[in-house]
Amino acid sequence: MSERVPVLQIGQVLLVSIQIDLDDQSVLALQDDLAAKVVESGAHGVVIDITALDIVDSFVGRMLATVASLSRLLDAQTVVVGMRPAVAITLVELGLSLGGVRTALTLEKGLQVLERAHVSSLGASGPAGAIPDTAAGR
Amino acid sequence: MVREGPSGLLKKDVLVAGAGVSDRLVELLSVQGEDLGANWADKVTGRLGGRVSRAEVKQELQEIYTALVAALGSGSLDGHGDAYGEVRALLTELSRNRARQGFTPTETAVSVFALKEVLEPALSGDGGDLAAYLKFAALLDTLGLFTIEVYAATREELVAAQAEQLLELSTPVVKLWDGVIGVPLVGTLDSARTMVVMEKMLQALIDTGSEHAIIDITGVPAVDTEVAQHLLKTVVAARLMGAECTISGIRPQIAQTVVALGINFGDIATKATLADALRHALRRSGVTLSAAPQASAR
Repeated sequence: MSERVPVLQIGQVLLVSIQIDLDDQSVLALQDDLAAKVVESGAHGVVIDITALDIVDSFVGRMLATVASLSRLLDAQTVVVGMRPAVAITLVELGLSLGGVRTALTLEKGLQVLERAHVSSLGASGPAGAIPDTAAGR
Repeated sequence: MVREGPSGLLKKDVLVAGAGVSDRLVELLSVQGEDLGANWADKVTGRLGGRVSRAEVKQELQEIYTALVAALGSGSLDGHGDAYGEVRALLTELSRNRARQGFTPTETAVSVFALKEVLEPALSGDGGDLAAYLKFAALLDTLGLFTIEVYAATREELVAAQAEQLLELSTPVVKLWDGVIGVPLVGTLDSARTMVVMEKMLQALIDTGSEHAIIDITGVPAVDTEVAQHLLKTVVAARLMGAECTISGIRPQIAQTVVALGINFGDIATKATLADALRHALRRSGVTLSAAPQASAR
C-alpha cells in the first residue's frame, strides 16, 4: 500500500504539496486523484509544491508534464513551485525541460501567477501578453 | 686505519647478508656522525643559495640523520619498509616546506642526495665498503625519489587549492535590483565552471527570491557550441525554478561566431548590453522607468 499525497482545495485552486519520496505507484495515484478533483471542484488552477523533494527522477518529471497538459484539458492552469537548484540541474541534465509547465519560485508567487492567468482569461479583452509565462519565455 | 679490522671481517659477510651492510653503514655514519652531519648541512645550505639558514638546515638534517641511523640499525635497507617510517615522515615534512617556500625539485632532493657525496670520503676503499656504499646509494635514491613525489604532490595540492579559489573568485552573483540578479562571467567557460555558476545562480534566485537573472558574458573571450550548450542549460534550469534568464553582453564578434556556428538560442532573451538586459528585466517585473527627474522607479 503506497502512501497517497493529499490534494487540498483553497478557493478555486488545488494545492498538492509533495512531502515524501514518491514511488511510481503513488505518482500514478496522485495523477488520478488530481484529475478527479479538478473535475469535481471545477478549480481553475493547480499548484504542485515540490519544495520538499530532493530527488526528482524522469518519471516524476514526466508526471509533472502530464498533470499540466491534463489539467489544461480540464481548463485549469498548473504551476510547479519550489523546485530546488539541485533538482533543476538534474532535470536539465536528464534533458527534461518540462515544456508547457509553468514554474514559480515560491508558493506565493505561484498563486499570483494563477491569479493573473485567471483574471486575464476571464476578461479576454485584457491586455495581451500580461501573463509572465516562464515556461514559454521571452 | 682503525676501521681496517672490522671492515676486513665484514667483507665476507657483506656478500651474503644485508644485515652486514647496514651494520657497516651504521658504523660509518656513527663514527664520524658529527663531521658528516656538519658537512651534509654545509653542502645542502650551499645548494639552497642561502634562502634557509644553516642552523635551520642543520636541525632538520640532524633529525633525519638520527632517524636514518636508527633505521639502518634495524638491519633493513628497504626505503619503503616500516623501519624507515620515521625517516619518511621527516622527509615529507621537509619536502612540503620546500615546496611551499617555492624551492625547485632539485633543491629539495639535494637534501637527500648530498649525503652520498658527504659519505664518499669516509669510505675505506675496500670491496666491503664499496658494496655497502652502493646499497646505501640505492637507499638514498629511493628516499630522494620519495621527496620528489611528496614535493610534486604538495605542488599539485597548491595548484588545486588555487584553482578552487579562482573558481570562487570568478563567479560572483550580484543583486542588480529588487528581484533581479546579475552574474557577470569573466574568463573561459568549461563544464566545471558552468556547474559552479549554475549552482550559485540558482541558489541566489532562491535566497533573494528573484524572478529575473541576467548572465553577462562580456568577459567571456569566445563562445563555441559547448559554451552555448552550458549557457542554455543554465537558462533552462532557471526556468524550471520559475525564474527568467536573460543573456547579455554579446559582442559583435561573438554574435558572428554564434551565427556562423548555427547555434540557436531559441526563445531565450539575449541583449547586447547589461543595461538593455536590466531594462528588459525591469519591464518584465512591472517596474516602469520614467525620465522624470524626481522618480526613476515606481
